[in-house]
Amino acid sequence: MVLPHVAEAAAQPASPQPPIGLLAELTHRCPLRCAYCSNPLEMETRSAELDTETWKRVFSEAADLGVIHLHLSGGEPTARRDIVELTRHASQVGLYTNLITSGLGVTDAMLDALHDAGLDHIQLSMQGADGAVTDAVVGTRGAFERKEAFARAVVARGFPLTLNAVIHRLNIGQVPLMIEKAVAFGAGRIEIAHTQYYGWALKNRAQLMPARADVDRTIEEVKEARERLAGILTIDAVFPDYYAKYPKLCNGGWGARTLSVTPSGLALPCHAAQTIKHLDFWSVRDHSIGEIWTSSPAFDAYRGTSWMKEPCISCERRTVDLGGCRCQALALTGDPRNADPACIKSTFHSELGDIAVAESSAAVNLAAVAYRGFSRPGAEQAGVVVAPRSPYTERPA
Amino acid sequence: MSGLDDGTVPRFPRGVKFREDKVRGQHMLLGPERIFNADPVATQILSLCDGKRTIVEIVDALTEVFAADAATIRPDVESFLIDLRQKQLVTL
Repeated sequence: MVLPHVAEAAAQPASPQPPIGLLAELTHRCPLRCAYCSNPLEMETRSAELDTETWKRVFSEAADLGVIHLHLSGGEPTARRDIVELTRHASQVGLYTNLITSGLGVTDAMLDALHDAGLDHIQLSMQGADGAVTDAVVGTRGAFERKEAFARAVVARGFPLTLNAVIHRLNIGQVPLMIEKAVAFGAGRIEIAHTQYYGWALKNRAQLMPARADVDRTIEEVKEARERLAGILTIDAVFPDYYAKYPKLCNGGWGARTLSVTPSGLALPCHAAQTIKHLDFWSVRDHSIGEIWTSSPAFDAYRGTSWMKEPCISCERRTVDLGGCRCQALALTGDPRNADPACIKSTFHSELGDIAVAESSAAVNLAAVAYRGFSRPGAEQAGVVVAPRSPYTERPA
Repeated sequence: MSGLDDGTVPRFPRGVKFREDKVRGQHMLLGPERIFNADPVATQILSLCDGKRTIVEIVDALTEVFAADAATIRPDVESFLIDLRQKQLVTL
């Protein structure tokens, strides 16, 4: 008998391999107003959301295409009244179902129903290790205590729980405390993910960018905690690329491993891709997930290496990081075919470092933070947390 | 010998799934954000981990599949399962 073996699946080459993950952004509605929100500046309204039957079809098509992990996200996915029905369907067609939630508004009865529907895993967002920091990040009060109660209810039902802590200048001092809270809550895993500056987060970058010394300290803190908590808590960490030497392999490569579907049904290679305005994103209302993956021009646009120009095209790392993030290249250099400025070979790289140093050296000014779902406050009332006019308040153009 | 009891029943905890991926022609162990490909021998063993069979019963079943006796197979199965337990993919 040959020794049995399981091997972690290796990174797949670009097209035409099937995708492994689908991020289903079921809604943009959300009870929180996080300053670091990674959703686009223009949110989609409830009336534009896909209906239950369309999502079910999308999940069936995704499973047939080869998608393995389904991430039910938003916004707050449990704001959808059909969340249990959608979860049950996804589970029945063989998808591994992961609920990405704020934990707010999820009742015990709903958790029981999700358990019964076959939900495999829950990922809870964490904005701070206590009420004060959490309030300052999410722009509303009392969220931390509700998240703690939710985490305990999740673990009590036997769900595996991951905490997803997005790190920035407002909470970077609490990384060790957040790790301790994860253990106390009974989570099996925590993601220490530094903010990626797209969408809403880019708007608040000056208030969110951490100082280099603090980033370096968290790297050491994570290393120490990993060793101490081996077998108890898995710690995955993503460090900020503004201080990096090389860019990250964004999403496993454009159109290579995952796709996102927005609340209204647009299929995207990554959830920030709509910032690249000249791309034509097909809708799941008009095309199957399989057609979109294999045939849509937007998924082909930056697949592999053929779209590259210098310095990427002759770079020895071109198949390692595929030039980094196209959305960040566009946002910071004006051209999505440029190298991601996180790369030292980018002519914009030193500027990126200068931005990070300049922005992070100022004291945090909560009054300057723009919370999601609010019209930009005037200077005199800035930072005051008030009820939004509606969960859908549109930003002024 | 690492010494699992005869009555040990390997189970997949909630959040871990063993399944055939028909698109890729491959059996996989799935966890949150994790995918492990199972080779043919691992697939034989994991297919027998139904939450009811003991390790003795699993090894017995494997002797009918492989040209080896239980004394040969058991240590391999034990070390395989213990490694999976360290990865939090099975409980023993």
